[in-house]
Amino acid sequence: MTYPIHLKVNGAPVSLSVEPNRLLVDLLRQTLGLTGTHVGCDTSQCGACLVQLDGQTVKSCTLLAVQADGCDLTTIEGLATGDDLHPMQAAFHEHHGLQCGFCTPGMIMAGIDIAKRHEAPDEATIRHELEGNLCRCTGYQNIVKAIDAGVRSLNQAKA
Amino acid sequence: MYSFTYQKPDSVTAARSAFEAADDASYLAGGMTMIPTMKQRLAMPSDLLDLSAIPDLKQITMADDHLVLGAMCSHHQVAMAPQVWGSIPALAALAGAIGDQAVRYRGTMGGSVANNDPAADYPGAVLALDATIITDRREIAADDFFTGMFETALDAGELITAIRFKKPRRAAYMKFHHPASRYAIAGVFVAEFRTGVRLAVTGAGPVVHRLDDFEQALQKSFSPEALEPLRVDEAALNHDHHASAAYRAHLVKLMAQRAVKAAGIAS
Ligand SMILES: Cc1cc2nc3c(=O)[nH]c(=O)nc-3n(C[C@H](O)[C@H](O)[C@H](O)COP(=O)(O)OP(=O)(O)OC[C@H]3O[C@@H](n4cnc5c(N)ncnc54)[C@H](O)[C@@H]3O)c2cc1C
Ligand code: FES
Ligand code: FES
Repeated sequence: MTYPIHLKVNGAPVSLSVEPNRLLVDLLRQTLGLTGTHVGCDTSQCGACLVQLDGQTVKSCTLLAVQADGCDLTTIEGLATGDDLHPMQAAFHEHHGLQCGFCTPGMIMAGIDIAKRHEAPDEATIRHELEGNLCRCTGYQNIVKAIDAGVRSLNQAKA
Repeated sequence: MYSFTYQKPDSVTAARSAFEAADDASYLAGGMTMIPTMKQRLAMPSDLLDLSAIPDLKQITMADDHLVLGAMCSHHQVAMAPQVWGSIPALAALAGAIGDQAVRYRGTMGGSVANNDPAADYPGAVLALDATIITDRREIAADDFFTGMFETALDAGELITAIRFKKPRRAAYMKFHHPASRYAIAGVFVAEFRTGVRLAVTGAGPVVHRLDDFEQALQKSFSPEALEPLRVDEAALNHDHHASAAYRAHLVKLMAQRAVKAAGIAS
């Protein structure tokens, strides 16, 4: 049995029928071809699969596609405007906040979420906030720098 | 994951009838435990009843010095709620330290309490705050609710709708968390009421429990020093690759002393 779902993915309406046991991340990667959202652990630990669901950053490996029915979804592919990177993406580029890049989509989503909840977080706050995002390469140093810069540029733009 | 029938009832009554009509249904709150369990094929419900479309279950209200939290309140919602900070700040702080932010957006109080993971945080608060678990059919006192490891007094299909918390004079929660999962290796919630002190331990044993001798000592003197002469019996505590029973016993006392100190400062 499949279930009809209607959602917005990166601004565009999407209607399709899904199996109830289909994970949101599989819908994104396999059905919609949005492979920027990664699966690092598949056990809810690493944060590589983070997407924004109605403005909240959630683990798409721990969500059923049917649970996203009626929601507004943003993936890493939906952040840039044409060739203009989102400020958080630009900050990762500028501060070299990645090595292999596997964790990066999740880190950027986490960074955007931090900017929404903290006006001007210090380094300790950023590190604490990243407790659900694992990176095997960078040692986090430049990720923290990038998020610091990204949060500042996002919140300045808001002000 | 095995397949199942997905349903999204829009009221508690509808959820209950769907449960009764199904072969072997399970409720779905935020899915933060349920979905990983189903992925591992450790659970295979015939029907999954998603509770997210029942607005009543997401409410936070104050009634006569009691705080009532709907079962579907997310950890994020509780951690941000002015009513919770205004009445039981230790509870808001506890919710804000569960897992990571993505888990806090989805995970719920009701799911955590119904699941009764021995390392979960909420059961400690519910027991120490002498809370009342309100279900679709009755009210259950916290002292009668947590019956064993992953076991509760809930009957099959019984749905937690809300939990009612008494406002303490002062309270605090301290946990020594596992560095990866953030679950408690040992956590202590202490609450002082006009009628006495209650102290609950989570993470350290097979199920959340109170410590009588700690409570009595704090009743006489609400200070970290009052606990100094006491020892925690390690015989009943968990021993695993994260921590030995002896280490957990040490942590319980330490967390208790820190919680008492923090509650003292908070008051
Ligand atoms: C990476 C990670 C880290 C975590 N860290 C912590 C931590 O540090 N501390 C901590 O305490 N927890 C932690 N958790 C657990 C988290 O707090 C969830 O709240 C908990 O797993 C319950 O999830 P849920 O609310 O989404 O319920 P679900 O997973 O949807 O449901 C859990 C169980 O409860 C039942 N249920 C749900 N709602 C009700 C209801 N209203 N009435 C009756 N039964 C119901 C379901 O049928 C199911 O059996 C962590 C989880 C993850 C994935
Ligand atoms: S793939 Fe979802 S948390 Fe790791
Ligand atoms: S850059 Fe490789 S995992 Fe983070």
